[in-house]
Amino acid sequence: MIQNIEIPIREAEYPAPFAHALEFNPPAHGTWNIVHIGMNVPEAQQIYVCAVNCMRGVVLTAAEMNRAERFSFVILKEEDLIEGTVEDITIQGVADVLRKLPKLPPAVCLFTVCTHHFLGCDINRIYRELEEEFPEIDFIRGYMDPILQKEGLTPDQKLRISMYRVLKDAHTEKDSAALIGTNVSLADTCDLKRLLAAEGISFLQMPDTESYEEYVRLGEADLFLSVVPNGRLPVQLTAQRLGKKGLYLPMTFDYEEIKNQENVLLDWVEQRKRESPVKGMEVTDCNGSCLASGDRGATDREQWFSQEIAACEESLLQAKQLMGDAPVWIDYVVHPRPLGLAKLLLQHGFRVEKVFLNAVNTEEEAAFSWLQREAPELLLCSTIQPLNRIHPRKTREKTLAIGPQAAWFAGTGYFVNMVEGGNLQGFDGIRRMAQLMQEAWCEEKDTRDLVPRKGLGCESCV
Amino acid sequence: MNRSYRIIPVYTGDVSGVASALFEMGGMVVIHDPSGCNSTYNTHDETRWYDSDSLIYITGLSNTDAIMGDDEKLIREVEEAAEQLKPDFIALTSSPIPYMNGTDFPALAKLITRDTGIPAFFAPANGMHDYVYGAGQAFLAVAKCFLEGNTADSVTGRNPVAAGGPVKSAGKCPRSEGIKSSVNILGATPLEFAAEGSVESLREILENDGWKVQSCWAMGESPEQLRTALESTVNLVVSATGFPMARYLEQSFGIPWVAGCPVGGFAKELLKCLRDTEADGQNRIPYLNRGACSCGGRVTLVGEPVTMGSLAAAITEKTGMTCSVLCPVEADPVLTGTLDIRTYGEEEAEAALKRAKRIVADPLYRPICPADAVFCSLPHQAFSGRCFRRDMVNLFQEEAFARILQQLH
Repeated sequence: MIQNIEIPIREAEYPAPFAHALEFNPPAHGTWNIVHIGMNVPEAQQIYVCAVNCMRGVVLTAAEMNRAERFSFVILKEEDLIEGTVEDITIQGVADVLRKLPKLPPAVCLFTVCTHHFLGCDINRIYRELEEEFPEIDFIRGYMDPILQKEGLTPDQKLRISMYRVLKDAHTEKDSAALIGTNVSLADTCDLKRLLAAEGISFLQMPDTESYEEYVRLGEADLFLSVVPNGRLPVQLTAQRLGKKGLYLPMTFDYEEIKNQENVLLDWVEQRKRESPVKGMEVTDCNGSCLASGDRGATDREQWFSQEIAACEESLLQAKQLMGDAPVWIDYVVHPRPLGLAKLLLQHGFRVEKVFLNAVNTEEEAAFSWLQREAPELLLCSTIQPLNRIHPRKTREKTLAIGPQAAWFAGTGYFVNMVEGGNLQGFDGIRRMAQLMQEAWCEEKDTRDLVPRKGLGCESCV
Repeated sequence: MNRSYRIIPVYTGDVSGVASALFEMGGMVVIHDPSGCNSTYNTHDETRWYDSDSLIYITGLSNTDAIMGDDEKLIREVEEAAEQLKPDFIALTSSPIPYMNGTDFPALAKLITRDTGIPAFFAPANGMHDYVYGAGQAFLAVAKCFLEGNTADSVTGRNPVAAGGPVKSAGKCPRSEGIKSSVNILGATPLEFAAEGSVESLREILENDGWKVQSCWAMGESPEQLRTALESTVNLVVSATGFPMARYLEQSFGIPWVAGCPVGGFAKELLKCLRDTEADGQNRIPYLNRGACSCGGRVTLVGEPVTMGSLAAAITEKTGMTCSVLCPVEADPVLTGTLDIRTYGEEEAEAALKRAKRIVADPLYRPICPADAVFCSLPHQAFSGRCFRRDMVNLFQEEAFARILQQLH
């Protein structure tokens, strides 16, 4: 059977447009893996227990981040599998690593792997014995078991759940909200920051924490927020465990969805204020005018939304005027909502030709349907099918790529280099995307140098 | 505990070694793995991925497929890809879970060959060895495919070479009647020779000495040219990854071998050995003859034994210093000598380096070296990956060797 690597969206099946096949891996690596994510727990030591070939990718991820000192490991060998000593080697090896460190870390992200799962290792025994031997250490359960990811949570998702189980709620801080589940902090201009500041609520962001103590104290926040799909479960579970409010307000390019999200947030704020009034602050909106603090009625909100949307429209118009009818290619790496972005750009007259993805994010079902109806010739393109390896990587004309994989497939230096939505959020996120597109269109980047780098936003020695 | 590592990385794994060895040969490499092997390989172990369209894939093995033993899916997807891509051969290789559930790769290769008519074979690796083992087995398997027309053969176990002692021809086959002064280079991959121009310099040194490079396994060579390897009279093993193939060519076709790299002043001795071996058919490892000197201090070089042994011989030749190679990879024991030290893991390496005064090693070894040792940084793709790619050195250039000597003094 011949596998297509590009299909018009009108013919695509939801949510899996492409059949399973051998998998190619393009050399655009900006996304964060479990090592990058785990390094966001300040002072924690990561310890992996696996075979050499599996170890190579993670240990060099740490080295490339200049964080080799926070990464240790134990090698599994053939005899461990045959003799059934994987549990013992894991316990002994981790203990040995910890004794070799200059000082004990406050937390350890311990990663067991496919081998542990497949041999039916008693993971609870491993942690029980280590916790008994090192009671001063918080052990965070990490998994590098990609064999399970097609049928359940990915290692990334599991880590993001585990790493928030150590948050503690010794003293609830009534005036704070904490952003968790994300890799990078949101921009200062994002909607969430401005709205919460207007209400006198401090906005803590996990990636900003600098010590383990500060990280653990995120649990004292009154409200937990996340804006990326992989943050949804961590927010739900953390809020549930600590008896707090949790809100999942995903990054989106849909005005109505943003309005709904911000209404939910403001409803919560107002309800909370009725219970325990706090002093608000004056902040400026996107146009520089002053937003009133205190209760925000329906009229105020609509006014805020109108101003924000008008500013978004202006930004998109500027981008369109600059780019004219140039082709735009978008990938799934740049943002969790590539179809939503395609829809927004098409609605504003951009010539979006291709969206690179291998599966449709279920949060994008509505955008998928809209595009099938309104832009049936839009091409959905795989990135991992066998033919992707040899498909020509060039375009007929100057093309804007939004995302590093789209850039590699287009062979263009005009691209927005961002992963997982970057630090964009709310109406501000739409405006900033329009600005990034303009910048990308005007200044050619060194694609070969940039896209192979791992963990965009992390320190890199490459 | 020699399995636990505090701070240094591991060497490239066997699966990446397989892919690296076969990268330029026109085949399709299929790694039976859930995820990660391909990304690890092309990110950290492969310098050619961005620009070259080599066909290297994973199967995306799932839990259910592994438990149910759904080999049909693997066969179907390999055959579908082969139908589209028309590779010259198909190499299957493994990872820990298929190793654990006993996937019969030689049988799968036979079925694929039967169905597609494309030569297929198993390159033995399971993710639990280093690149020297993996690349070595891949070179051996593909050599059998190219030179004998063997397909679907499993190359089981390690190369059965006795440790130590004089290196004698196995003598199982009459000597080859090849083209005089023609040599095959065995064991060339970017894992050892990542610095730009390295293989070109190597070829140039040989050609300037009157040799015709019949084939280079396997950088910068066409698959068609590789298939002419039996026309040469001697093999030059430039890294331990080429050694299993050298043994095979010796035992099956009577082509003798010499191990070493033409570095600095050692090049002269190596080239003489090539002539001698071509004449008398005796295998040689001349870098092991460097000997201990009573004057001039001592140097410890860390890494793959053929390249580091050759550099050691060049340093000894130039300075009179005694050089020992710390060999932390799964190279055949015959490639290390009495001055050398074989280690496994960080703990043993750290202990072996404890009294070293002068060290030549990849920069990521620095944290386990004595603080007062003279440290000569020599980035090695198979250890630090792309971390220091800009600083990689073409060992075959005189200036590079001179800089190393300068750092040691």
